[in-house]
Amino acid sequence: MSTQTNSSGESHGSVSSYLIGFVLAVVLTVLSFLVVSTHSLSPTGTLAALSMLALVQVLVHLHYFLHMGGSSEQRWNNICFVFTVAFVTILIVGTVFIMTNTTMHMMSR
Amino acid sequence: MLGRLSFSALPLDVPIVVGTFIGVCIIGIAVLGLITYYGKWGYLWKEWFTSVDHKRLAVMYIVLALVALARGFADAIMMRTQLALAYAGNPGYLPPHHYDQIFSAHGTIMIFFLAMAFMTGLFNFIVPLQIGARDVAFPFLNNLSFWMTAAAFILVNVSLFIGEFSQCGWLAYPPLSETQFSPGVGVDYYIWAIQISGVGTLLTGVNFFVTIVKMRAPGMSWMKMPVFTWTAFCSSILIMVSFPVLTVAVALLGLDRYFGMHFFTNDGGGNQMMYLNLIWAWGHPEVYILVIPAFGVFSEVVPAFSGKPLFGYNTMVYATCSIMVLSFLVWAHHFFTMGAGPDVNAFFGIATMIISIPTGVKLFNWLFTMYKGRIRFHACMYWAVGFMVTFTIGGMTGVMMAIPGSDFVLHNSLFLIAHFHNVIIGGVYFGYICGMNFWAPKVLGFKLNEAWSKRAFWLWLVGFYFAFMPLYVLGFEGMTRRMNHYDNPAWYPWMLVAEVGAVLILLGIACQLIQLYVSIRDCNLPENRDVSGDPWNGRTLEWSTSSPPPVYNFAIVPHVHSIDAFMHDKENGIDTRQAGAQYQAIHMPKNTVAGVAAGLFALIFGFAAVWYIWWLAVVGLVGVIATVIARSANKDVDFYIPAEEVARIENEHTRKLMAQAAE
Repeated sequence: MSTQTNSSGESHGSVSSYLIGFVLAVVLTVLSFLVVSTHSLSPTGTLAALSMLALVQVLVHLHYFLHMGGSSEQRWNNICFVFTVAFVTILIVGTVFIMTNTTMHMMSR
Repeated sequence: MLGRLSFSALPLDVPIVVGTFIGVCIIGIAVLGLITYYGKWGYLWKEWFTSVDHKRLAVMYIVLALVALARGFADAIMMRTQLALAYAGNPGYLPPHHYDQIFSAHGTIMIFFLAMAFMTGLFNFIVPLQIGARDVAFPFLNNLSFWMTAAAFILVNVSLFIGEFSQCGWLAYPPLSETQFSPGVGVDYYIWAIQISGVGTLLTGVNFFVTIVKMRAPGMSWMKMPVFTWTAFCSSILIMVSFPVLTVAVALLGLDRYFGMHFFTNDGGGNQMMYLNLIWAWGHPEVYILVIPAFGVFSEVVPAFSGKPLFGYNTMVYATCSIMVLSFLVWAHHFFTMGAGPDVNAFFGIATMIISIPTGVKLFNWLFTMYKGRIRFHACMYWAVGFMVTFTIGGMTGVMMAIPGSDFVLHNSLFLIAHFHNVIIGGVYFGYICGMNFWAPKVLGFKLNEAWSKRAFWLWLVGFYFAFMPLYVLGFEGMTRRMNHYDNPAWYPWMLVAEVGAVLILLGIACQLIQLYVSIRDCNLPENRDVSGDPWNGRTLEWSTSSPPPVYNFAIVPHVHSIDAFMHDKENGIDTRQAGAQYQAIHMPKNTVAGVAAGLFALIFGFAAVWYIWWLAVVGLVGVIATVIARSANKDVDFYIPAEEVARIENEHTRKLMAQAAE
């Protein structure tokens, strides 16, 4: 029993992996602020750059803080994550689809 | 000090409630007195209430479900009787205020405390045994889940005698359920009962998901897993993704009521249509949470009594998984009439119709399993075949209502009521009762009486058709649901037929109670005793243990070689138990009082929150949190069963098996 229940096998990160994640997160955040404050890109370009940075930021968080990755121990974490994202997407997209359509037809706003 | 609570909260002016209260008190005192007289309190406390053994919790869940059945059915037959009387000027015997509480309580109790509790009971008993595990992944959470469910059920029943229950139907749609239109405590009872039982259900979902992912016996790959375990797995996933939505929707309603917010109100920017959207985003997966395990039961019962492996195991698994995903894509079909345009309604209507394809696949799989099988018409097969016929009719009326155009005619009519009782009684209830008859020898060590089960089946089946087929007709004739009285002469005869059906179902329930009584009375007769642990020539691992199984389930964890692991071992002369092997000490979890304590605090919290007794609510909430923290900090939670003790239990069972074989 003890061998069955206690051997979760998943790593929970080390100090160095947390530090790398932290530095990356800070760099990405600072870059986002710089993109906006320096006005170095066109409005469309700014939006695109921010979106890209945000996406990378999400991946950094998932990898370094939620310990998701390609190793076999992480497979269940990854599958659960993909599933959760899929179901949350269905819920949000479906809700927006239903409620905007209903609001339009019922003229409730 | 006592918030809104005062003596005027007692419904002393309603004779039916007072009579019920006196009856409940007499029965309650009698039960407590008998337990005291026989000195069973210590036994109940040590062996049951504080137990973390999944088999004990399973039995407690099913007992809870049967009590909920009694309460829920009492509500049902009261409604039918009211509608058989309240015609052409006769007001009936239930005033609207009382009648509204009854239909709200009926739906809430039947779904949350009969169906969910029964389902969790079956999961608890069967899943660990089928996958060759010694317990679930989180035994304490299992106990906590049970006591949360029990606390919520007690809270619903307290509302019968102190204050009132919700009068807003089983889903408490705003704006009716907002303070403006429901200023009493009824909706608050509903909110807290749902929230507390929701905690229990969510933890159950997590628990069984982890158990099935992590604790399968060596060799049991995904496609060698028994179908009931597959259905429990899909159900657990649906619980995990959908119950948080319910929690949020009801919590927002609670914020409206308790803090004057405006999520779903008519004024202040609220939108009650959002509540419908959210509650059905949970509510539709919920009905599949209930029915998928019933499909799993039939997938075990039909092969066992047909003497054949299940036809199309792979398609059964794929069908279950696709139903699981599709069930999350159809929720808007519950409110086609709310005002969305053809885009939305067409999408959700078609998605709904698509679900009937995997369901049809399942039905044909069961039929082909029976085809050319050596069918034994045991009582379980009666329930299974009755299900196939009844559920098919219910499924087809469901497809009718999935067409938005016809739904505009049928929405909220008695046609809808007939449809969902058709699938819930014909699918979920028949399935769970079938499972109860099938696995009872494993749980109890003796078979349930078959003759009384067949009588119950016929009364239920015929009673169902009498009670609900008239409702289809009434729906076409324009009778809406939740009606207190009416004066249309065309409806009256059909309501009388429905009343006859309700009485037949009452007799069916009586037969089930007699079945339990007779079975327990005759439990020591040799033909009823299950010595072998395998009374039906079963196919899966649970039948390889003794009946009832030892506390650790498997002395030696079995190795799985194929689908239907136990049948494979029997056919190839392999001893799944590996009797006489070198036994080792087995690591087991200790009993705990934390679950009972947390449940009690949750009940106190719920009651106090309903009545605005804030100091007591704080006590309850802090109590729940502190209990769970204290339990988490406790390191003394496990023990070892010594190898000699394991050997003694196993050798005892081997001796019995050999004695039986020698006869």
